Amino acid sequence: MIKNEAMKIVSQQEIAESIYELTLSGSLVSEMNQPGQFVHIKTGNGYEPLLRRPISISAIDKENNTFTMVYRAEGKGTSLLSQKKNDAAIDVLGPLGNGFSPEAAMSGETALLVGGGIGVPPLYELSKRLTKLGVNVIHVLGFQNAATVFYEEKFQALGETYITTVDGSRGTKGFVTDVIDKLSDSYTTIFACGPTPMLRALESAYKETKEVFLSLEERMGCGIGACFACVCHTADDPTGFHYKKVCSDGPVFRAGEVVL
Amino acid sequence: MNMLDIQLPGLDLKNPIMPASGCFGFGKEFGNLYDLNVLGAIMVKATTPEPRFGNPTPRVAETSSGMLNAIGLQNPGLKHVMADELPWLNQFDVPIIANIAGSQVEDYVTVAREISKVSNVKALELNISCPNVKEGGITFGTDPLVAKNVTEAVRAVSEVPVYVKLSPNVTNIVEMAQAVEAGGADGLTMINTLMGMRLDMKTGIPILANKTGGLSGPAIKPVAIRMIYEVSQAVTIPIIGMGGIMTAEDVIEFFYAGASAVAVGTANFTDPFVCPKIIEELPVLLKKLGYNHISECTGRSWNKHEQFANHRA
Repeated sequence: MIKNEAMKIVSQQEIAESIYELTLSGSLVSEMNQPGQFVHIKTGNGYEPLLRRPISISAIDKENNTFTMVYRAEGKGTSLLSQKKNDAAIDVLGPLGNGFSPEAAMSGETALLVGGGIGVPPLYELSKRLTKLGVNVIHVLGFQNAATVFYEEKFQALGETYITTVDGSRGTKGFVTDVIDKLSDSYTTIFACGPTPMLRALESAYKETKEVFLSLEERMGCGIGACFACVCHTADDPTGFHYKKVCSDGPVFRAGEVVL
Repeated sequence: MNMLDIQLPGLDLKNPIMPASGCFGFGKEFGNLYDLNVLGAIMVKATTPEPRFGNPTPRVAETSSGMLNAIGLQNPGLKHVMADELPWLNQFDVPIIANIAGSQVEDYVTVAREISKVSNVKALELNISCPNVKEGGITFGTDPLVAKNVTEAVRAVSEVPVYVKLSPNVTNIVEMAQAVEAGGADGLTMINTLMGMRLDMKTGIPILANKTGGLSGPAIKPVAIRMIYEVSQAVTIPIIGMGGIMTAEDVIEFFYAGASAVAVGTANFTDPFVCPKIIEELPVLLKKLGYNHISECTGRSWNKHEQFANHRA
């Protein structure tokens, strides 16, 4: 169920250049059940910024009633959020959307998790769930440069991890697809979150041979499916009026379900 | 004592607070969050004769204390709205105001004739002010004669009172209001969004795929207040006011300007619980200001103060 709560900051730190890890506590955590869901956050107190900011959940800790987000402080809203200190209250609406189903991969199988930039965080909770289910995980994580790389060790602790950077300052130079092309074909399922061109490349290359699940990003208004800001065409009706809402039908879709 | 009940043509409102069209879908999403029975009414999303996908994305862009949208009247079409959306809303004891749109007069007439037969539709809101569609919409709402004609045509076939939603994108709002009043409008709703644009810092091009969009949110409240202030003195039909309402204080200001009820739009995105919150806060605020009933606030900005002497004693 979607709830609105003033949640308390347990910790906030900059873990890479302009990348912040924020942990909040509150009863809303009990509603979080799926990796890949997001929360909608009011980053300021007044009318500016007016809209909430959708941020994906990167880790859920039900025992301690906390959850963690990793986000990039880029615009006005996320910059405001990054300045908040411990014990401050944050207005959170969530959990929202339909995330990844770890059950799409079976125990003993191998899953490939592909993240691009700020699309990497939701894969962390997913990877933890998958490994708990006995699924082998391979991570391919793409970043701009060495300064913006985060969570490399955390992912390594869960499975094989490859890093790519656009400028080659860390890991393989290039894009995630440069690494994936050279991987052995041992995996059955792909879970991905990142920029649309990356998702498009994965969809066209692996839609026929693998189970592929993609988490989309789109500018949102309400976050709950009422405003129709974040719609996309369905693949079976690419120019018609059939649609899916990224916020409430997604953000995770099976490859081939919607037009990217 | 009920301090909030209001009677308007076709509408028996337990309170004068309703979500604005386009900001509340057909209610289902918000129905998951709270009991919709608390609302005075619901203005549902614009309905056109045929389904519409709307504009390409991005469809929204944030602005200073506001937002631009260019959804493009996405809706499932008249048939689906009548068969699915409106019957679902029937479980609530809340009058529905059906927003109707189209690209030609016949479209408005078709939708009005059918949708006004649905039992929970107690009034129509004639959308002649959507700035985000190429044909129709705002072209009907910026020429007084065209606006009067479409109002007459819809009034002739509608089985419920017709409220006309006015566009602020005109030079003379009073002239528009008087034209639709002459066309037989039972009430006015105002204001729709103001046309605007935002450009991307890196690329220099418009953020919205539609290039322009409708500005809403607290940024436009002073424009709405001014226009309601002018129009309410020039017409005899009631006004449902809207444009940037975020709080109970804002509601009172709209009443002072001349509104008899209000709709809350963009605020639903910032706080999905904003309507029930305002409804709860209003009686407290009214008492604090010395009123017995919210209707005493209507038109206070231009009415003679003597008329309000009694309750101030």
